[in-house]
Amino acid sequence: MGLENIIAEALPEVLTTRLDSLINWARKSSLWPATFGLACCAIEMMNATSSRNDLARFGSEVFRASPRQADVMIVSGRVSRKMAPVLRRIYDQMPEPKWVISMGACATSGGVFDNYAIVQGVDKIVPVDVYIPGCPPRPEMLIHAVMMLQEKVMKESVRDRRDILEVEAREAMVPGTLPITDGSTARQNTLPESRPYTIASRHERRRSS
Amino acid sequence: MTLPAQFEVVDRPLDTQMTISMGPQHPSTHGVLRLELVLDGEMVVKATPDIGYLHTGMEKLFEYKKYQQGIVITDRMDYLNPLGNNLAYVMAGEKLLKLEIPERAQTIRVLMCELQRIGSHLVWLGTHALDIGAMTVFFYCFREREKILNLIEAASGGRLTPSYFRIGGLMMDLPAGFENRCKQFLNDFAHAVDEFHTLLTGNKIFQKRTQGVGYISAEDAIDWGLSGPCLRGSGVALDIRRANPYSGYENYDFEVPTEPDCDVWARYMVRMRELKESHKIAVQALAKLKPGPVKADAPKVVLPDRQAMKKHMDALIHHFLIVAEGFDVPAGEVYHPIEASKGELGVYMKSDGGPKPSRVHFRGPSFVNLSALPDMAKGEMVADIVAVIGSLDIVLGEIDR
Amino acid sequence: MGSEPEKLEVSTDSSPGSEQTPSPLVTAFQREHPEWVVEVIEALGETTVVVPREHIRAICAFLKTWPETRFDFLADVCGADRGVEEEPRFEVNYHLFSTTKYHRWRLKVVLNEENMHVDSVVSIWRTANWHERETYDLFGVLFDGHPDLRRILLPEDWQGHALRKDFPLRGYEPYSLK
Repeated sequence: MGLENIIAEALPEVLTTRLDSLINWARKSSLWPATFGLACCAIEMMNATSSRNDLARFGSEVFRASPRQADVMIVSGRVSRKMAPVLRRIYDQMPEPKWVISMGACATSGGVFDNYAIVQGVDKIVPVDVYIPGCPPRPEMLIHAVMMLQEKVMKESVRDRRDILEVEAREAMVPGTLPITDGSTARQNTLPESRPYTIASRHERRRSS
Repeated sequence: MTLPAQFEVVDRPLDTQMTISMGPQHPSTHGVLRLELVLDGEMVVKATPDIGYLHTGMEKLFEYKKYQQGIVITDRMDYLNPLGNNLAYVMAGEKLLKLEIPERAQTIRVLMCELQRIGSHLVWLGTHALDIGAMTVFFYCFREREKILNLIEAASGGRLTPSYFRIGGLMMDLPAGFENRCKQFLNDFAHAVDEFHTLLTGNKIFQKRTQGVGYISAEDAIDWGLSGPCLRGSGVALDIRRANPYSGYENYDFEVPTEPDCDVWARYMVRMRELKESHKIAVQALAKLKPGPVKADAPKVVLPDRQAMKKHMDALIHHFLIVAEGFDVPAGEVYHPIEASKGELGVYMKSDGGPKPSRVHFRGPSFVNLSALPDMAKGEMVADIVAVIGSLDIVLGEIDR
Repeated sequence: MGSEPEKLEVSTDSSPGSEQTPSPLVTAFQREHPEWVVEVIEALGETTVVVPREHIRAICAFLKTWPETRFDFLADVCGADRGVEEEPRFEVNYHLFSTTKYHRWRLKVVLNEENMHVDSVVSIWRTANWHERETYDLFGVLFDGHPDLRRILLPEDWQGHALRKDFPLRGYEPYSLK
């Protein structure tokens, strides 16, 4: 990754265009997803990798368990308030270049669940490249989304993606934020003053329930 | 960077125990489950599940939605067995309303539930084998599951979230040609089960990894509230379809598979035999199908046919009132258990006379099955924990609701 | 609502033909321990016995071993909030099942907001552990004698009890994402 940046900075325009298409072609043809299946959409994601709709022929050959080895994070399923910091940590652990596909209505905008427990859209936590509607979306829709992401990747340029600085990357992951349930979590959070969440969402302004 | 204070390294001798956190993002935990493992080397001294990473507040949402609107939410609970969730919720509502369900609706409900049970067990088999290391089984199972999903999609429009049942019957009747396709699938499926057996059952590696692992005795299983295949794998022949029959199950001829070994291997064999039993019930249900109404005769509760609604005034009024304002359910409370693919799925529904329920609680079988994990996992190796979780067949949507 | 012993009330619902006589099992239980039965509700094919809060552990131990009932399986412990204005406000329902006789009962304990303590039945059925944690998490019912009463579904530092009727559907904001 660093090598491409150094080359990109050093070479003039003409050569980086050729380099761009080569690098983008390589990246889009081997988008390895990180396993981030949360709920029902995860089952449709598993269906998308199974033999009928085969996601592997689009380059997503293996679903890497470790985020350090993954390119794209397919957030499939509803993200609860307890899971949100974990999601952010996994996203921070992925090295550049990384993309996020938000699969399903719950990941895109909270879905059916407009309540205290669900984050209303994963784009409140991580930047999203492709949104897929549906509850759950058909596996063909996931394949279409991967193809759209591939088109997006082809339009990028090497100069756009910089490695985040080493120090920043390491500090983004503070250890000890998952609770150790024998009660020894450091309770340093000061909760800000809480008030009922009163901003009515768009569909609340209609009279029906 | 400097570590926070609680992580200062202290020199200790080597025979110390290590606490690691397995999950919530982990390929083998079947969803967002976090296990705190206290390890002594490779051996697990204590395993504590930490759940809540998928908590969706569904029980609170039910109180804000009318009864028919709640059916959609039940799909997303145990997302491998959505028709089972629908059935439990709908039957609880029917019990409160004291509705009489026509015979054809009950037969179709049994047929769809058994197909759904086969589908759920196929996902269990695929992911359990995948965790243990046999990747091919995953693809074979999902190939069969695609056929079932096609059938469910033909009937209801949704593959994974069908919402096919309604309080008072079904959403609509089966489409034309469904029975032939179903018969075709059931003919092929019998051979498919034998194929799965050739893949795993005689495999020495699989047997060594599953026999003797995750032991829980029958008394402990009942004490921990286990149900479904986990309980039947410990020798207790309890099946809600036999104990408290519902929806006409007393008229079907099927066995309740039970295994005495109490380990992961026994639960595997119980579920494999259940695939055959579900197949038997589905064949009988298909043979029993007779033409008739699929909705109960309760115009204030059940939506009328679309054709009738377009032509008759009273059907239109009823349709409008049911959709816009809902129907009032008399006050009362009911607990209705069904045998879902994972165990006893119970719905506690409490109404105080309005169009929205006052309290709906789902007793998820995976919630209770997982609570027995610390007992089962004591003394196992880390790799065996994966096998034990797979054999419990947990679905986090149902645990966290 | 005072707990009056030695009084049997059978509440029936108003629709005709649905009045049920109390089952013989409940009457036998009533004869054995009249001070343990506050109210019996037989409706919709189910038996609900309202029991006083103080004796729940003794009642459960008795019902588990009494040869007439043999309730060895605790299916569910479920809390409910009757409404902010109701008195008593909360109730805890214990759903019992017998694996040998296949019958089901519901035991109900009613609680006020001032006194949310109930004895824990973990020593009788170990499955009550997680169910009681969930009831504490969502309603704030405190179970005395529970080995590990902490939140199970919501995050550890969540404030408030989510399924109470005065907790808003969308929660309070902002909840820290740290």
